[in-house]
Amino acid sequence: MTLLNPYFGEFGGMYVPQILMPALHELEKNFVISKKDLSFQQKFLYLLKNYAGRPTPLTLCANLTKGTKTRIYLKREDLLHGGAHKTNQVLGQAMLAIQMKKKAIIAETGAGQHGVATAIACALLNLKCKIYMGFKDIERQKPNVFRMKLMGAEVISVKSGSGTLKDACNEALRDWSNSYKYTHYMIGTAAGPHPYPKIVKEFQKIIGEETKKQILQQEKKLPDSIIACVGGGSNAIGIFSDFINEKVNLIGVEPAGQGINTGKHGAPLSHGRTGIYFGMKSYLMQNEEGQIQKSWSISAGLDFPSVGPEHAWLNSIKRAQYVSITDEEALEAFQILSKKEGIIPALESSHALAYALKIMNLNPDKNQVLIVNLSGRGDKDIFTVSEILKNRKKL
Amino acid sequence: MSRYKKMFEKKTLLKEGCFVPFVVIGDPSLNMSIKIIEILIKSGADALELGIPFSDPLADGPIIQKSNLRALSKNYGILKCFEIIQIIRKKYSNIPIGILLYANLIYSQGIKNFYKQCSKYDLDSVLIADVPIEEYSLFYKYANKFNIDSIFICPPDADDNFLSQLSSYARGYIYLLSRPGVTGIEKKTIALSNKFIKNVKKYNNIPLLQGFGIKNSIQIKKSILSGVNGVICGSAIINIIEKNLNKENEILNKIKNFSYKLIQSTKFI
Repeated sequence: MTLLNPYFGEFGGMYVPQILMPALHELEKNFVISKKDLSFQQKFLYLLKNYAGRPTPLTLCANLTKGTKTRIYLKREDLLHGGAHKTNQVLGQAMLAIQMKKKAIIAETGAGQHGVATAIACALLNLKCKIYMGFKDIERQKPNVFRMKLMGAEVISVKSGSGTLKDACNEALRDWSNSYKYTHYMIGTAAGPHPYPKIVKEFQKIIGEETKKQILQQEKKLPDSIIACVGGGSNAIGIFSDFINEKVNLIGVEPAGQGINTGKHGAPLSHGRTGIYFGMKSYLMQNEEGQIQKSWSISAGLDFPSVGPEHAWLNSIKRAQYVSITDEEALEAFQILSKKEGIIPALESSHALAYALKIMNLNPDKNQVLIVNLSGRGDKDIFTVSEILKNRKKL
Repeated sequence: MSRYKKMFEKKTLLKEGCFVPFVVIGDPSLNMSIKIIEILIKSGADALELGIPFSDPLADGPIIQKSNLRALSKNYGILKCFEIIQIIRKKYSNIPIGILLYANLIYSQGIKNFYKQCSKYDLDSVLIADVPIEEYSLFYKYANKFNIDSIFICPPDADDNFLSQLSSYARGYIYLLSRPGVTGIEKKTIALSNKFIKNVKKYNNIPLLQGFGIKNSIQIKKSILSGVNGVICGSAIINIIEKNLNKENEILNKIKNFSYKLIQSTKFI
């Protein structure tokens, strides 16, 4: 029996080998205890404020919206220590690991942001750290691999399957099924078996709470829409959390990659169907028989064939809307924000920004307030983008 | 009486342990799969555990994972796997045949439809590697409706609560894990204590088969002496396929010799 409901509507659950169930029950029990434990909560908030650098600002983009009646705000998770929203929840999970008396952390990473965040938390809280990463992602995210190693993490190259995040996730789960007695598996997004989607949301909900206070202060009203990119969906569920019961449009942006019709995308919510994978029931990219298909995105952090179960549920009840943005559109938004506002966004966040720009350009005279969760900074992506621009002779 | 029941009763009378080989259907090819399965049966396998290939077999180690991917690279669908099962079943009507697969393959075609197919192809059991007992109710309902035994994994550190829960679900046999982790032959196999086996038997009176890391005669003898009814051996057999790809005769001869040796060790204890 679980202490919390493992399902979001029909989505979620605990679809893992039996051997892992005690580890998930132990984690859930400790999570429930930590929520009521004042000293845990105080320490978590202390670290967020004094180590990670919260609250992050809400920045109005005056140049980007010039000549229109749209006001676009960016929630600046790129300014969090580590360069992305990931730091919020790894601090929480690392504290949970210590509470459970685990000595080591295993994690998987795509873009490397979760890997870097995990390495940060482990260095700070003195935990051993092992990161699984697809060999292709190791190649396209070299600076982050270096950062992880510098902070003492062991980075393990995953060569099986497609050599990306999906395979790194499988390897991390395999490792955990052998080592759960002394390790904690730090899942990086609001996906996977229960209780992970609930834990990750709990530690990321601060993004939404801050955003609500800040927009009420700056605009004296709630925004029309909140837009966030969705790979697994942790930054999106974090910023959506405090607005789910408000009259605000919630828009999740999935990667359309090279175009939905090419099949090279990572948009299971809009173009997949329900299935069971990575410990949960959710939307999946899969073939007719149920074999999991490879996803694609210019952004390694969005390159995942499934999505967190709460997003699957919000989509099914139509509380949130999920759309997709191509690699090209994201690349363009990446450059526009850099040029107009002096902010280099992560390629992940560029997807959300690209959709906000679409809304603005579609109706420039509409008086509207849009908030984009700028989930991370783009330093890690400058090599990928510079290569593309050089090849196109645009640099 | 079910095929499993008959088989286990016979083995108990003979005071022998059972040998259940595991291979993935379609690795290295459909034709070879049939030949490999037949060699295993002719060498004396007591039952078969057959894998339906899946793209992300996360409960399996590298050897079985690669086997899944080799089978999938040929683009055989599940229907082809069932056809192989049908061929084997027609020739060997008494041997219990179980399949091991991952939840999404079942969910994708509809749980009811899947078990209906299993019944149509005269399968005996289904083991779903990524569905724990806590999530099993819907699968269990249709498995029972179509008279397919549901096989459950029992971890080596299972507590009394789990063992008691297991007793109300398990059918056919219980798959007892030698150790935590995923399938494979590289890691050291921890022998299960007689005390643990006794405790499992306190709650469950259906047979126990031990799996994970089974690779030699000494281990098998130890397992059977500890009180289990037999062993499941997968990675060690698939390792022979992997090491001899494209050498059909080598694969068949080596599997024959290897399994014969292991089967002998289940007897005369």
